[in-house]
Amino acid sequence: MNHDFELLLREQTPQVLSALVRHYGHFDLAEEAVQEALLAASQQWPGEGVPDNPRGWLIRVGSRRLTDLLRSESARRRREENAALTASPEEFVAPSPEIDDPGGRDDTLTLLFLCCHPSLSPASQIALTLRAVGGLTTAQIAAGFLVPEATMAQRISRAKRSIKQAGSSFEMPPEAERDARMGAVLHVLYLIFNEGYTASSGDDLHSAELTTEAIRLVRGVRRLLPDDGEVAGLLALMLLTDARRPARTAADGSLIPLEEQDRLKWNRPAIVEGEHLVSDALARTQLGPYQVQAAIAAVHGTAERAEDTDWRQIVALYQVLEQISDNPMVRLNHAVAVAMAVGPKEGLALLEPLESDGRMKDHHRLEAVKAHLLEMSGDLDGARASYLLAARRTTSVPERNYLQSRAERITTS
Amino acid sequence: MLLIYSNPESWAGLSAEQREDLSRSHQDLTRELTEQGLLVSAAGLADPITTRTVSVDADNTRSTTDGPYAEAKEHLAGFYLVECEDIDQAIDYAARMPDAKYVAVEVRPVMDASGLEM
Repeated sequence: MNHDFELLLREQTPQVLSALVRHYGHFDLAEEAVQEALLAASQQWPGEGVPDNPRGWLIRVGSRRLTDLLRSESARRRREENAALTASPEEFVAPSPEIDDPGGRDDTLTLLFLCCHPSLSPASQIALTLRAVGGLTTAQIAAGFLVPEATMAQRISRAKRSIKQAGSSFEMPPEAERDARMGAVLHVLYLIFNEGYTASSGDDLHSAELTTEAIRLVRGVRRLLPDDGEVAGLLALMLLTDARRPARTAADGSLIPLEEQDRLKWNRPAIVEGEHLVSDALARTQLGPYQVQAAIAAVHGTAERAEDTDWRQIVALYQVLEQISDNPMVRLNHAVAVAMAVGPKEGLALLEPLESDGRMKDHHRLEAVKAHLLEMSGDLDGARASYLLAARRTTSVPERNYLQSRAERITTS
Repeated sequence: MLLIYSNPESWAGLSAEQREDLSRSHQDLTRELTEQGLLVSAAGLADPITTRTVSVDADNTRSTTDGPYAEAKEHLAGFYLVECEDIDQAIDYAARMPDAKYVAVEVRPVMDASGLEM
């Protein structure tokens, strides 16, 4: 199936699913029915042409499939003779020939809130979001996360059961909860992006697809919430980060650090768009961590050469970021920026408190940063030992290879 | 990766009831991990007596010997490959295996083909 066609279908997914859930309830079965409708469309449309009203077609086919599922479900329950679970009468209502088209209404946000429900683990939130909102098949999601398809199928159906048991209804969370729930939605989209933003040896299409998908989903959220600064910030952060993808790996799959990347390979239009988005958000919305991270990425993105990087501005931005989201990774990056702006000794001083932070003390990135700063300061033996220790601690093959090569570089110089 | 260690004495010392309990525990755990969408794969390994050790020397000559590579009191008896949120979740599953009472279960992360530039 060609790519544009697949995208056309996937863009209908959240609307078709919301229409069914609004009309029938039963999010879990509705989701299954939509997948089957998408499959039917992908088999029929290429030969018979795309119908005039693709969404209407999908809703009709989905409804028919859903009522079949509801019938067999209630029959199964009756067989199980579980009094607590007997089918309610409305499950036997025949489907109306036409579900009201939601018209201009867009339920994608409601659906995202449901998929990122707090009762689910992050892995389940991600899987369900990609399927119910992104319209990806279980096979595609499994490939993206390198787990067997059966495992992913279980994860998704379990997630749907959990939502059902939590008694969630298909409506916007109350105003009081909305900020926290929105935070969860953005975090899930960020995790999907990160999963895709990986360097694998060779041309790993699957991970590239996940970054593209994350960007597509955030664009969708931004259309619905154009004045939300953090949505804009997250989109900017993704665009500015993804812009570096063509330059961050060598032909053999090895990682190239930021300062050694060929900046001509960066995706210029994405940098321009990201920078506009974040400048606009900073100017007119409430400040938040995604905007600050995007601003930092924009400083890197707009430096023509590594030596043109405005490290002082990056230090200032990390100080702001530490005020609003205190986590050890932020402090680690802050230390790097200080080393670049002021000097390695000052950077190393900032690492010291992290050495006793339980979340960080055994983390390979702390050791890798230490190695880098020791090397800058001229302590080559210390740097070499730290690079090798970091290489042993990481669970990533390309990172391990990179850290080992840094250690070897010192030995042979 | 959860690596289950055993030794001949601990296995021979089990009563029929304990052996049954062991296999039931693993069945339950496998079912639970499968239902949660966390199990990638799992297997019990045959007795070390069935081990063949293969080595290839410098001129590409292959030699195969019967028995394990290193004589050790403990041997690998089985493994689970599980996708966990973090190491602590993996440790919780390891602790639920009766094998952890008899000998030990090792928990080790698997390497990832992806990474971040630094």
